[in-house]
Amino acid sequence: MRVALTVNGGSVATEVEPRLLLVHLLRDTLGLKGTNVGCDTSSCGACTVLLDGESVKSCTVLTAQADGCEVTTIEGLAEEGSLHPVQQAFWEEHGLQCGFCTPGMVMAAVSLLRENPRPTEPEVREALEGNLCRCTGYHNIVRAVLSAAATTATARQPATAGSSMRGSTT
Amino acid sequence: MIPAAFDYVRAESVDHALHLLAEHGDACKVLAGGHSLLPLMKLRLATPALLVDVGRLGELDYVHHVDGELAIGALTRYRTLETSPVLASSVPIMSRAAHLVGDPQVRHRGTLGGALAHGDAAGDLPAVVLALGGQLVARSLRGERRLAATGFFTGFLETALAPDELLVEVRVPEASGGWSFRKLSRRAQDWAIVGVALARPASADTPGVALVNAASTTVRAGAVEAALRAGASAAEAAEHAADGLDPPSDLHASSEYRAHLARVLVRRALEEAGWS
Repeated sequence: MRVALTVNGGSVATEVEPRLLLVHLLRDTLGLKGTNVGCDTSSCGACTVLLDGESVKSCTVLTAQADGCEVTTIEGLAEEGSLHPVQQAFWEEHGLQCGFCTPGMVMAAVSLLRENPRPTEPEVREALEGNLCRCTGYHNIVRAVLSAAATTATARQPATAGSSMRGSTT
Repeated sequence: MIPAAFDYVRAESVDHALHLLAEHGDACKVLAGGHSLLPLMKLRLATPALLVDVGRLGELDYVHHVDGELAIGALTRYRTLETSPVLASSVPIMSRAAHLVGDPQVRHRGTLGGALAHGDAAGDLPAVVLALGGQLVARSLRGERRLAATGFFTGFLETALAPDELLVEVRVPEASGGWSFRKLSRRAQDWAIVGVALARPASADTPGVALVNAASTTVRAGAVEAALRAGASAAEAAEHAADGLDPPSDLHASSEYRAHLARVLVRRALEEAGWS
């Protein structure tokens, strides 16, 4: 079947089998290997990407279901050579150990901050329940998300005072 | 894990979906969020010849008041249930239970109708709809009918829906007071080992109680409800939580432990809901 979708801002139109999972389109067809396959059972969250701005586990979404939609992967976050605030915060807070879960963690965090720009620490922990870090490096990951929230809130305040809850710079 | 090959059609309307279901019957499966069906297909436990994707039918995505009850479109996602101000004030147990399903990624995709039509005894929302005494609206080319949630779950992953029927709407009564939803899981995002949904519709004197993962289907704790109607205390009524049930044994818990857990969780739910 023919699908046409937007991936990291670029148009993708291709012929796929209906059973092609979104993660395999991203990794194998488009070569975007930043999105990892971990458990392949929608448990670990390593394959998390944004589908129309919301986090999803791309091992459990058919490419056909993403037809006409906008997909963002870890490769699509940085702009003009500067890291996305969530990526920057993971770097600064050392929110990773082996790094395998990191792309999924970052995408889940970006989705969280769009829905809840100033989460509390318990809210961050709860929002990342669908992402497993087998190194158990959760403390720094949570610190990184809180740091990114503070950074983006500060950056947003002067330009969009009064409407900072709507839209997002992230 | 790759699903077996299948044909895929995206339904352009409810009517389009109904025609496809009428034509293909048992050979096809309805795809909504896909978070129950696709894992089964990846394990090749389900190998439908055709997937009818109803995921884009925005006409089935709504929450509103109708005739003193809540009408919820079958394609309403967990995320919407979780954040709906209407549900938060009128049927808070549904917002709470939806918030506890899976994880944010799952809640962005999974739908209320999908959970009910899948009929997994370990699902949280089926127990909520059952405790509320809700009704399910099924449509086919033959017409539309309302099925009571009681009796809808007929066996392991089986429901009263006919192969040509599409679940289009769920009706539940307002139930803003005296409710509780509790489940015990060993790990974040896990299915409940056992869970309990307890809610009292505005028109009822005593609550409905339903159990998650305490039998091969979602079940009402009928003996608890009867005890409450007869004036039993919370502690007395909770002792009947596993009466007549044969809870499953698996690597997470034995049947005996699940029965024990049902009694404990029902007591705690009754206490939380203010039943003494």
